[in-house]
Amino acid sequence: MNKTYINGVGCISTQKTFDTVFLEEAIYDNNKTVLTIIPPVYKDYISPAASRRMAKGVKNGIVASALALRDAKVENVDAIITGTGLGCIEDSEKFLKNILDNNEEFLTPTSFIQSTHNTVGAQIALNLQCKGYNFTYVNGAVSFESALLDAKMQIEENDANSILVGGIDETGDYTISLFKLAGRVKDESNLPADILNSTSSGAIYGEGGAFFVLEKDKKETTYAEVLDVAIKNTLDISEIEDEIAAFLSTNNLQVSDIDALVLGFNGNADSDIYYKTISEKAFAATPQLYYKHLSGEYDTASAFALWMAAKIIKTQEIPEIVKANSIEKPAYKTILLYNQLNGKNHSFTLISK
Amino acid sequence: MAKGVAITGMGIISSIGNSVEENYISLIENKIGISRIKNISTIHADVIKVGEIDKTNEELVAELNLNDDNNFSRTAMIGTIAAKQAVENAGITSINEFRTGLISATSVGGMDMTEKHYYDYFKHPELVKYIACHDGGDVAEKIADQLSLKGMVTTISTACSSAANSIMLGARLIKTGKLDRVIVGGADGLAKFTINGFKTLMILSDDFNKPFDNERKGLNLGEAAAYLVLESDEIVEKQNKKVLARVSGYGNANDAFHQTASSENGDGAYLAMKKAFEVSGLKPSQIDYINVHGTATPNNDLSEGRALLRIYQDEKVPDFSSTKPFTGHTLAAAAAIEAVYSVLAIQNNVVYPNLNFENQMEEFELQPQTALKNKNIEHVLSNSFGFGGNCSTLIFSK
Amino acid sequence: MEALKQELKNKIITTLNLEDITIEDIADNDPLFGDGLGLDSIDALELIVILDKDYGIKLVDPKEGKTIFQSIESMAAYISANRTK
Repeated sequence: MNKTYINGVGCISTQKTFDTVFLEEAIYDNNKTVLTIIPPVYKDYISPAASRRMAKGVKNGIVASALALRDAKVENVDAIITGTGLGCIEDSEKFLKNILDNNEEFLTPTSFIQSTHNTVGAQIALNLQCKGYNFTYVNGAVSFESALLDAKMQIEENDANSILVGGIDETGDYTISLFKLAGRVKDESNLPADILNSTSSGAIYGEGGAFFVLEKDKKETTYAEVLDVAIKNTLDISEIEDEIAAFLSTNNLQVSDIDALVLGFNGNADSDIYYKTISEKAFAATPQLYYKHLSGEYDTASAFALWMAAKIIKTQEIPEIVKANSIEKPAYKTILLYNQLNGKNHSFTLISK
Repeated sequence: MAKGVAITGMGIISSIGNSVEENYISLIENKIGISRIKNISTIHADVIKVGEIDKTNEELVAELNLNDDNNFSRTAMIGTIAAKQAVENAGITSINEFRTGLISATSVGGMDMTEKHYYDYFKHPELVKYIACHDGGDVAEKIADQLSLKGMVTTISTACSSAANSIMLGARLIKTGKLDRVIVGGADGLAKFTINGFKTLMILSDDFNKPFDNERKGLNLGEAAAYLVLESDEIVEKQNKKVLARVSGYGNANDAFHQTASSENGDGAYLAMKKAFEVSGLKPSQIDYINVHGTATPNNDLSEGRALLRIYQDEKVPDFSSTKPFTGHTLAAAAAIEAVYSVLAIQNNVVYPNLNFENQMEEFELQPQTALKNKNIEHVLSNSFGFGGNCSTLIFSK
Repeated sequence: MEALKQELKNKIITTLNLEDITIEDIADNDPLFGDGLGLDSIDALELIVILDKDYGIKLVDPKEGKTIFQSIESMAAYISANRTK
């Protein structure tokens, strides 16, 4: 069975994650409930004629994928697989508001087309003229992991040698206001946020796009190998430890083999308890990392986490700003990522040197 | 030749019936489900025709025994009905007994609720529960919850080919041994959002849709949900399960031509069919019936027809028909309901008529089957294409 | 007529988000599609909405747009002859 290597990465996020080394310019701003993207110079990647109809998410997806391709030193791929929780939500908002405000009259197609979930994957394919396999997953917090799992299967089954896989989500003003109303976003009154030891509900939100070139061959640009990805819709807090142990054991690993654990703490005390449970017990002696204080929460924030973990394996350095405890290891060979959102859509991703 | 992945259960709800049996009867008795829209108030009500499920949301709530505090969208309700039928049809009593997954598909998910309450959320606290309906995975998660399924749940959204892709992923998950059992399919309820979206693209017909007809004017939108249960051969053997048919081939490709339109020569469609033949090990001449995508837009039928001619070259294109004159184009559910129709075609040895066809298209000599035809059906090919150049082909075998 | 042409150029630039194009860049007889301004079928649908919303002209078949939207000249001529507002 073929192995799957991360051979190139590209990340656009609420931090400066392009034109930088590795989070050295990252800022933890705990006085905001919604973080916004630091945009690259889009014109360097997309011609104005091409970008004039593109949603924010499409542009970020195109830039992040271009960065990943360049990083992996490849020009094209056999397949493009993306994940997104809400797609290009700004255009969805725009089209829906136009329908409601103008009583279904004088509507134009552009925002409708952009609102289709597979727009990002389709636009990348159009740009690269990539006629291969093209899937888009939209299932909350496992949208990106579904794409990653699919890509890994494609490589294992010999259906593709190189795949562009990514996770993209954008914020939309009205949707964020609805999320605030629904209690998903942390209330301003609970600021400043203490993501790791939060006692209030609601998460710090964000947006971003991260892409990876996965290939079956290891080469000089290789970051890490993707060992396994697992998705579980529902888990009780009491089941989480056993679930992880079982996942590790199918990969012939145990807790002590894990050199770093990346957890999706987002400041929502109600569901961060899943992370607390394992961080305080099974993995108490393992270096632990967190990232949503930098990226914000969004359905595909875990793609930011994979970007970070891949970088750590390649550089063997952990930026201080992402350390959740003070434990260190002489080498970071195997990293486990665990994510969930509001106690649903759990994912486990294992990568190694 | 690979054996293909076993289909052991099916469930469906569409404008031509609330069960597999009702859908089949409608198909062989020419009972179409296209009419004026009733459940959604839209200014286009007198101009468009749709394939609407003949049940109000209240009736669906009652049928599913949902509590008053439920936050099910119409899409989630029809999805749950179809998925429950499929699980029952497959004789599954203990859903988490094997490694069981749910791979769903939708284009706009719970948009029907979002558009209904969009500006009212701030004024009416009791509506806030519906905000969650907008999440792409909401439909799948509600179905999983209703089935008490705890394992792998995900959703594919590649516009009108979505459900073909969920069936494809399900078959691959079984083949690679990652799961033992997968419930695959898709659901899409009608929404003002979609109606107006297609309206702006000017591809909605004001009349009954006429696939592959020279005077075709566009599509009728529809709503539906269908799910199939795929199981590993180990379970089939162990439990002595009845296999309804098998998923023997699948392929997905991208047209990489335009955001919404298909290329002149149907590159994506051609590549998707070619891959499906490679996976199945079948030759094009072995196909007995093609359930075409056939949306009846000028662009789709021309592009798809050309792709078929490229696949068949000098050979005769097998009997083909689009079932969209019956159901309308049900978007992300289309490939799932047409998968159910393909399995029924294999089980009953029939080719469904392509209704409303009158005149052959001037660009080529392709004529769909226009009347019900009985003949032995071993293999059915089903096409589904979506925006973003997404092209998928499935092959079902006896 | 001259004013209408200027108005159309402005509308096209803003509606279609043609950031790097100015009114001076569009000659009255330049083709709007293909080799000229490079507009495509989705832009045509946007232009159909401009006809409807701003000039009260309803097109039913997108194909009708082909001749009307050949250039600013043809578009202006069609609008002056058929406008209802």
